[in-house]
Amino acid sequence: MQQDGLILELQNGNQRAFERLYELYSESIFGIIYSIVQDEKIAEEILQDVFLKVWDNAGSYNSDKGRFFTWILNIARNASIDELRSKRHKNKQKNLKADNFVNVLENSTHFSNRTDAIGIKKYIAVLKPVCKKLIDLLFFKGFTQKETAEELKMPLGTVKTRNRACINKLRELLAE
Amino acid sequence: MDIKEYISSGILELYVYGALTEEESREVSRVLKEHPEISKEVEEIEQALQELSTAAAPYYPEDILARIRSKITNSRTIPLKPKTRTNWVSYIGWAACLLLFVGLFFLMRDNNQLRDQLNSERVKVAQLEQQIADARNDAEKTRELLAVLRSKNISRVPLQGQAPAPEAYATVYWNQQENKAYIDGKDLPEPPSGMVYQVWSLKLDPLTPTSIGLLSEFQEDDNKIFTLDNANESEAFGITLEPEGGSETPNLEQLYVLGTVAAAP
Repeated sequence: MQQDGLILELQNGNQRAFERLYELYSESIFGIIYSIVQDEKIAEEILQDVFLKVWDNAGSYNSDKGRFFTWILNIARNASIDELRSKRHKNKQKNLKADNFVNVLENSTHFSNRTDAIGIKKYIAVLKPVCKKLIDLLFFKGFTQKETAEELKMPLGTVKTRNRACINKLRELLAE
Repeated sequence: MDIKEYISSGILELYVYGALTEEESREVSRVLKEHPEISKEVEEIEQALQELSTAAAPYYPEDILARIRSKITNSRTIPLKPKTRTNWVSYIGWAACLLLFVGLFFLMRDNNQLRDQLNSERVKVAQLEQQIADARNDAEKTRELLAVLRSKNISRVPLQGQAPAPEAYATVYWNQQENKAYIDGKDLPEPPSGMVYQVWSLKLDPLTPTSIGLLSEFQEDDNKIFTLDNANESEAFGITLEPEGGSETPNLEQLYVLGTVAAAP
């Protein structure tokens, strides 16, 4: 459930509400950031910046435009992609170990007690290549529907329905 | 609207990703608020996606919250403190203002009361001063009278009541050297309004009355002692009641008192 009351409190500058929301969202956002930058220290820095922005700009979140999770997601993806493009990152000549979130998940040694580790592992095992690509672009990289359709040379409507099927499978396995 | 079809279209997953255009997202947000079923579907999609990305996190970033907390308390408390302080200051300011006005009101009221009191005290003082002045005048007059009466040159002429007022009585103290006559009219009745007592010096043979003056302001004079000039060789004195302003000749029907001067010893 989206915590509308907490979000309102956050927008009123309530630090406890902010901390509660941090508990609810930080780990999944950290996962997004980490899967993009693939460096724990940098991911931590970005996570910190992202939540500072959440605190400072909470007032600009508008539930008419979308989900609170989506709002933070956008901030996190933009910050991570900025990092990838930054001089610092290029100077490090960092070769990304993984192509996408699937490799990150496969290499992960940590499984949060917030996730169904078995469900996720099962999911990765059965995940179709097209689902990997769709979820990677749409969720982890923040591509729009249109950009994804162009990237994967797929009609717009197909992006929607295929992705739906990919997520349904995830939900199915997590619910088991 | 076919809710099942809407859900199965896959638009809700794109909505949670943030992959829709702004208009499309606004439309979905609007639909969500109207259809709890769709809203529930969005919650479930979001839950699944959160689990998926959480699985990609290398660890729970607990330390980061402490760092963020110190930054927001540092950055917030600095702008916040003066803010709350100014609020307090303005509250206190308003309260002080109010108190000041209440205080001023009471001060003004007190001031007005004091001013009124002061005015009434001034009036009292003026009255007392007047009384003192009056008393001093009276004392002065009394002293003069006493001096007159003690003078050896004085002759006392008692005037007895006549027909219109048998009970009336008056005394003339006549200083022949200074040609002054002091009339003590204490036992004369109050003259009716519009009338005045007129004092006459009389020669008896033949009877010749000469006016020596009026007992003017008879009612107002407490002592009822009147000083008149009398340069006549008086043989008797009489007092008649005359119309206001006095008369040329006495109205003998209104002769109140009469007395003869004792022969010089």
